[in-house]
Amino acid sequence: MDGSSEKFPYLENADELVVVQRGPEPGGLKGVWRSFRETGRGLKTTLARVFEGPKTIQYPEEKTPVYPRFRGRHKLHRFEDTGLEKCVGCSLCAAACPADCIRVVAAENDPANRVSAGERYAAVYEINMARCIFCGYCEVACPFDAITMGHEYEIADYNREDLIFTKEILLAEPLERTPLRTEDE
Amino acid sequence: MSLPLAEVGFAEAAWVMVAKSLVIFAVVFAIIPVLTVVERKVLGRFQARYGPNRVGAFGMMQPLADALKLIGKEAFSPDRSVPLLWTLGPILVVFSGITVLAILPWGNVQEIGGGDVGLYGIDISIGILFFFAFSAFAFYGLLLGGWASGSKYSFLGAMRSAAQLISYEISMALALLGPILIAGTLSLTGVVEAQDSYWFIGPQVVAFLIFMVAGFAECNRAPFDLPEADAELVAGYQTEYGGMRFGSFMLAEYLEMFVISGIAATFFLGGWMGPGPGFLDPLWMLLKTLALVFVFFWVRATLPRLRYDQLMALGWKVMLPVATVNVIVTATLVTVL
Repeated sequence: MDGSSEKFPYLENADELVVVQRGPEPGGLKGVWRSFRETGRGLKTTLARVFEGPKTIQYPEEKTPVYPRFRGRHKLHRFEDTGLEKCVGCSLCAAACPADCIRVVAAENDPANRVSAGERYAAVYEINMARCIFCGYCEVACPFDAITMGHEYEIADYNREDLIFTKEILLAEPLERTPLRTEDE
Repeated sequence: MSLPLAEVGFAEAAWVMVAKSLVIFAVVFAIIPVLTVVERKVLGRFQARYGPNRVGAFGMMQPLADALKLIGKEAFSPDRSVPLLWTLGPILVVFSGITVLAILPWGNVQEIGGGDVGLYGIDISIGILFFFAFSAFAFYGLLLGGWASGSKYSFLGAMRSAAQLISYEISMALALLGPILIAGTLSLTGVVEAQDSYWFIGPQVVAFLIFMVAGFAECNRAPFDLPEADAELVAGYQTEYGGMRFGSFMLAEYLEMFVISGIAATFFLGGWMGPGPGFLDPLWMLLKTLALVFVFFWVRATLPRLRYDQLMALGWKVMLPVATVNVIVTATLVTVL
């Protein structure tokens, strides 16, 4: 800010001076040349995009791969060896859920015909997908890793009733319709 | 030779003229829908995306789907509209575009089937004046349509378009005076024949630029699409229109664009002139026209819309003086040389 103290004597500190950047003054032959040049530059920029080719991902046919930690539709799990459900109906997920979208009704296991590995099992396990905010707190709260977030995100439907996912739906092996991102992507 | 009401350079039997008109009409109206989809695709490419590609192969059936949808809509008119003028608006706009097709020269007189046929609708001696008369006619369509809608937005859009068209019509006419002075004729075929040795874009490059810029404004295309500035005036004069009446305005816009490109190709790019035998002439003309139409797309993809005062300032303070100086210089040189 050379000479600013003479120009602006009321300024105590030269750093307070704000210099406004203005565009060039219009007019004259210089202005004509500038406008032609800038228009040409713009035309060049847009034409360069043509040769660059489209960036579109053709959605229903092509999908953006998701990251491994992507929080999509929930899954309920079984033990692989015994086939018993991991969920013991403790309702911790329902307690952790900020959107209050999980409903668990627990029941005692019949020792002759066990459903889960624990003392009790979830007789009803419903997630209302219309309310779920996909925060993943249920996954964190679960002491048995019975519920995890999957990768699927195409869960839109025509009826709200259809968006209440029951235990059977959540336990079933979901259609893997979402490509997973590989290491180098 | 002369026909009633007009002095013409060359005229055939009446049935040949009718057949020619039908061919020109059919060909141009086959090109216009393709232009609409090509514009959207080209615009898409300019923005690094695909554009319509779902209907038919490469989305080429898109105009058909668009037309079906527009025709299927209710022919709605607002409560406060003036019915006759309301209907007349889009008709006038399309009419003015179609009439100009008559004088666009696609080739010289050729021998076809034993008789001489001029590859144009008609070669009238007033040529380009016909074009100006009818392209100015489109302005009645816009103004009437906007006014008869009985809506303030339509009215504002119509006022804008009226002011814009009048401002740019003058520069446009003055720009064409340069080639006319060199060619020494108003007839479009005469102008093309005068470009036998060199194209007029060479000596008249200033006129060409002015004509193209004025052409953008004439067609209400970006960056001069103020009459239908979607962000400011809803849709300008078309606000209240729907269905195929709206479609007619859009059709007229593309038709006008095609016609202006055709006129520019005729006056500055040597019209049908090109290597090869005579029957290739229409192809050359079409190629030049479509190249200029591409420029319209390109500019639309590039330049932002002008502010209204900038539009007027450009029209009256820059284009008009430059066009006038161009005419004076050309006239002086033509007289001296």
